[in-house]
Amino acid sequence: MIKGNFIDNLPKVYGIYTGGFLAFIIIMAIAEQMGMSAKAIGICFVAFTVAIYAIIGYLSRTAQADAYYVAGRQVPTVFNGMATAADWMSGASFVAMAGGIYFKGYGYMALLVGWTGGYVLVASLLAPYLRKFGCYTVPDFIGTRYGGNLSRLMAVIVLTVASFTYVTAQINATGTIASVALDIPFQYAVYVGLVSILLCSMLGGMRGVTWTQVAQYIVLIIAYLLPVFWISNKIGAGFFPHFMLADEVSRIAELEAQFGFVKNSAENLKEVPKGLAGITKAHSAVNATPWAFISLALAMMMGTASLPHVMMRYFTTPSVKAARKSVGWSLFFIFLLYSSAPMLATLSKLALIDPSLPTGIIGKSVSEVQAIDWYQNWNQANLMYISDFNGNGTVELNEFFMGGKAVVLATPEIAGLPYVISGLVAAGGMAAAMSTADGLILAIANALSHDLYYKIIDPKAETAKRLVVARVLLVVIGFAGATIAAMEIQGILGSVIWAFDFAMSGLFFPLVLGVWWKRANREGAIAGMALGLISGAGYLIWVRNGGSGFLGITQLTFGIFGSAVSLVSMVVVSLITAEPNAATQKMVDEVRVPSGKSILGKQH
Amino acid sequence: MSKQAQHWEKTRGLLMVTLAIWFVFSIGIFLFGAEMNEVTGPFGYPLTYWFTCQGSLGIFVILIFWFANRQEKIDEEFGFSERGDD
Repeated sequence: MIKGNFIDNLPKVYGIYTGGFLAFIIIMAIAEQMGMSAKAIGICFVAFTVAIYAIIGYLSRTAQADAYYVAGRQVPTVFNGMATAADWMSGASFVAMAGGIYFKGYGYMALLVGWTGGYVLVASLLAPYLRKFGCYTVPDFIGTRYGGNLSRLMAVIVLTVASFTYVTAQINATGTIASVALDIPFQYAVYVGLVSILLCSMLGGMRGVTWTQVAQYIVLIIAYLLPVFWISNKIGAGFFPHFMLADEVSRIAELEAQFGFVKNSAENLKEVPKGLAGITKAHSAVNATPWAFISLALAMMMGTASLPHVMMRYFTTPSVKAARKSVGWSLFFIFLLYSSAPMLATLSKLALIDPSLPTGIIGKSVSEVQAIDWYQNWNQANLMYISDFNGNGTVELNEFFMGGKAVVLATPEIAGLPYVISGLVAAGGMAAAMSTADGLILAIANALSHDLYYKIIDPKAETAKRLVVARVLLVVIGFAGATIAAMEIQGILGSVIWAFDFAMSGLFFPLVLGVWWKRANREGAIAGMALGLISGAGYLIWVRNGGSGFLGITQLTFGIFGSAVSLVSMVVVSLITAEPNAATQKMVDEVRVPSGKSILGKQH
Repeated sequence: MSKQAQHWEKTRGLLMVTLAIWFVFSIGIFLFGAEMNEVTGPFGYPLTYWFTCQGSLGIFVILIFWFANRQEKIDEEFGFSERGDD
């Protein structure tokens, strides 16, 4: 069936894979009709998809450094785009985003703009130049451009802080989904998630992660789009929701005006389970100040351009030209999901609050709603709650509470779709969280094994030994992440946003100025990374401990302060110290043109 | 001026144009979010709402492909494009 080079056969291989996955969904749907239990369907979906990823991970095993670190630099643009999209879209994008839009409306959609606009910065400021450089990791660029072990070490520290904050959230997400789908306690499910993650990356490094991420993208995009289209058709909202929900959006605004946003007393809210929220903000009306919206979007955009697990995906393309195009494809594949999230939020909200729809619960009697099957299921899972605060016997808008995850996970059931769709959504969420966790763990382990161990501690180590160290670090970091995830310190979305702020505080300007400002030197870069990270983290701690903050910068946007400090300190220190030597300046000149040899050799 | 300096000047010019367009659709328009939302946008959505969930996102996708093509042209013009790939 498949002859010749694997790379030449990619469209065929993934075409067959997609067909196989669709066939699997149909088989599951038939099995459901024949009486297979919901639980068994959930287990089949998660087990089947994870097994496929593990097989791909095994087939991609390698003993070569450039295959392990940069997938041999032969990933075609479109496929790298899909892999990046899976790398990028985490459990937060898949499970939490539509929920956030459902509750917070316009103000929350700053994240949609921020998490896409950042790619313009990636494409124009960084990715092609770092690809030309020929580095294996992001600290590899910093260490070679600025020279010296200290600058390399600082970059490793910033990378580790940002990526580790991010990865605990992703392992947490895989654990949540595994515990629901496989029906095991969360503390164990976290380690089931971790083992699945390591199966993809351990043997093949970047090569294994690349080909599993493409497979994971296909699963997650089908799992997201299919329910959105189905629900839209089912409730009669429109055949193609993205272009046809204007009436629904205005209907929600109408209902909001009719119901009003009643503020619950603190006393009443005490009985609502932790983590659940009601609708308190307008859906489509502008409900945030321009600065609150813009500062969040800006922080996410600059963070995007500084996160190493995204940047390193563009080291795997065959050429500089391909790296640029690949950024465009990445964003296209991300766009498919992000433009659907607001539509899902709209459909979910309308289905629940519109009294004229059969699924609507607002205005019905409390006892009637409490008797509905799906309400009982999700109430038991601690993701839905109703209380009759005013004692009039009917459910009001302010008396209905839901968890953020429930919007994606429960809407198919509310709209009356078969359970097979819920199983599919669980597999999609698992794919989204796993693919991001893989990229992050690999980014940290590679920085530690390549930059800290090989470049700083033991430059004479042989390839075989380097790759053993890389794999041991991968497992150690994975377990550290899982252990912290099992403690459940913070929510998924909050820690993801922090990771962006940490990354932009320490890395944005040292990376950008390394290409675009020849005068930037080692002392400046070290000052920029160290002071940026310290001031950003300091601001976060200050605000968390009751500090009032300034200029409207919150704990979600502290990177704006950190990166401003980073920029100023980097420029000032660079200017008061000597300019970079001639060799470094020549290196920068060479990075700026696509032709010619890369700065670092194929094996380094 | 050397070939390389000319190439870099054009590259920088393209960067400025790209960043200007990026700025307008990621930051600029949201300064007037409340006013713009009174207007009906494409497919009948309120205009600002439409930009946050489709408009700006789609424009970013197109912008990156446009940028990549322009940059390729600049590289070719000065003979700096790579050979034997893609």
